[in-house]
Amino acid sequence: MENIIEIRGLHFSYESDDEEKKPVEVLKGIDLDIKKGEFVAVLGHNGCGKSTLAKHINAILLPTEGTVTVDGIDTKDEEKLFDLRQRAGMVFQNPDNQIVSSIVEEDVAFALENLGVPYEEMRRRVDESLKAVGMYEYRLHSPSQLSGGQKQRVAIAGIIAMEPKCIILDEPTAMLDPQGRKEVLATIHRMNREQGITIVLITHYMDEAADCDRVVVMDKGMVVLDDVPAKVFSQVEKLKAIGLDVPQVTELAWELRKAGCDISPEIISEGECVAAIQKLFAD
Amino acid sequence: MLRDITIGQYFPGNSIIHRLDPRFKIVITILYIVMLFTGSSYICLAVGAVYTFGAILLSRIPLKMFFKSVKPLFIFLMITALINLLFMSRGNVLFHWKFIKITDEGVNTSVFMVIRIVLLIMGSSLLTYTTSPITLTDAIERLLSPLRKIKFPVHELAMMMSIALRFIPTLIEETDKIMSAQKARGAEIDTGSFTTRAKNLISILVPLFISAFRRADELATAMECRCYHGGEGRTRLRQLKSAPRDYIALGITILFLAAVIVLSRLF
Repeated sequence: MENIIEIRGLHFSYESDDEEKKPVEVLKGIDLDIKKGEFVAVLGHNGCGKSTLAKHINAILLPTEGTVTVDGIDTKDEEKLFDLRQRAGMVFQNPDNQIVSSIVEEDVAFALENLGVPYEEMRRRVDESLKAVGMYEYRLHSPSQLSGGQKQRVAIAGIIAMEPKCIILDEPTAMLDPQGRKEVLATIHRMNREQGITIVLITHYMDEAADCDRVVVMDKGMVVLDDVPAKVFSQVEKLKAIGLDVPQVTELAWELRKAGCDISPEIISEGECVAAIQKLFAD
Repeated sequence: MLRDITIGQYFPGNSIIHRLDPRFKIVITILYIVMLFTGSSYICLAVGAVYTFGAILLSRIPLKMFFKSVKPLFIFLMITALINLLFMSRGNVLFHWKFIKITDEGVNTSVFMVIRIVLLIMGSSLLTYTTSPITLTDAIERLLSPLRKIKFPVHELAMMMSIALRFIPTLIEETDKIMSAQKARGAEIDTGSFTTRAKNLISILVPLFISAFRRADELATAMECRCYHGGEGRTRLRQLKSAPRDYIALGITILFLAAVIVLSRLF
C-alpha cells in the first residue's frame, strides 16, 4: 500500500522568548510512515510530543529539521497549504473550542465556505457529512444544546465535509463521558471502514489503541514502539517503564505468565482473554 | 441564574415578519426611524403608531413584550420629558416659580417626544424580536459589503460578532462553574458589602479571562485547520433570497414614509 504520510528525520524545538535559554526540543528525530487507509493510534503520556507531532501533519507547525509529506505535498510548501489542510483534517480535544458557528449545519459548512465550494455542492456535502456522523436531525440546533459527544461528532462532520484523505484526532475523547467516547470512537471507526479515510488517533486510553491496526508509542520526543497492538502491548515492562499502562486483560495475562501459566502475552481483548483462560483450565 | 440572560431577545416564530429577508428588515427599520423623526405633528405620530402596531400584530408576539422593552428606558424617557419641559421657553407660561417656567409648548413637546421614543423602541424591538442574532449579523455583513471597496473590514467584523454570539452561552456556563468553585473556597460573591463583592469579582474575572484567551487560541488553530483565510473567495451556506413579500413590505413602508412627509408639510 502507498504511504499517505511520510515523516523523515523530524526535529522540532520551541523557540524561547528568552534568548539566553536554549530552545526546548520537543521532537527528536522521528521517522514514521503511515499507509493509506490505516488506523494508527499514537500513544504516550503528557509531554511526550504526540500533540506536537500531530500539528506537523497539517502544517500548523513546521519542522525545525526534517520533512513531513502528506499525500505527496511537503508541509513547507506554502502554495499548497489549503490543499494540504483539506487532505489532512484535524479534530481537537475540546469540542467547544473548535465549533465556530452558532448553528450546527453552518459549522459543518465552515471549511467549505472557506474553500469557496459552490452552494449546491456545499449543501450536498454538509448533509452527507451530518448523516455520516448521525447528527442530521440536529442540523438546525445550536451547539450549546448538544452533549460533548454530539459536539465532537459535529466537529468530525466539519472535517469530513472537506472530503479529506486522512483525519488526525488529538485526544478527541479526553473530555467526554463514557457514552460520548463510545459514540465518537464508533464514528471514527466507521469513517475508516466505510470511506477508507486514514485515521491517526492520538490518545492516552489503552483500550482505544487496542482497537487500531497499529500502535505507535512515543516517549520524550521519540518513537519507541511501533507495531500491531498485540505486539506492542505484550511488552508490558517496557510500557510500564515509560509510564504507560497496558489494557487490563493484557496485564492479567502478563501476571499469569509471570506466575508460570502457559498463556499468550499478546492478548488485548476480553474475548481473547476469556478463551485463553478457559483453555488453560481445560488443559 | 446567569443562564437567563439573552442577548437581543429573539422570539422564534414563523410569522410573516419573521420570514422577511433580514436585509430588508434592517433597511425598513432605518426607514421607520426616519419616518418617526420627520413628522413634527401628532397626526404624523398617529400614522407612525398605526404602522408600528400593525407590524406588531403581524409578528404575533404579545404586545406585553413590547411594553417590557420600553421599561428599562423609563428613566431616560423621564429625563427627556423633563428637559423639554424645563428648557422650552416659547409659548404661554402655565406655571412660574423662581427660575422654573413651564409653558404649554413645553408640555406639548415633552409628550410628543415621549410618544416618539416609545414608538421608536417598540419598532426597533420588533427587529431583534423577530430576527435571530446570527441572521442579523449575516444581514449586516451583506448590507455593508459595498464598504469593502474602501478597505472597511466588513467580513472580519461580522466574523467577530458571530464568534462572540457563539461563545456567549459557553462563557456563561464557564462563569457559573468558576463562581461555584470560588464560592466553595469561601469567596463572598452574593453577600457582603459592595466593596468586598467587587473585590471578589476579580477572583472570577481573572480565571474567566485566562480561559477565554486559551479558547481563542485553540479556536484560531481549529479555524486555520479548516482553511480559514479571511473573507476572500468565501461562499456561503446561508443563502438570502428576497421574495415578493420583502418588496411589498418595503413598498408599504415607503408609502407610510411618504404619507408622513406629506402630512408634516400640510399641518
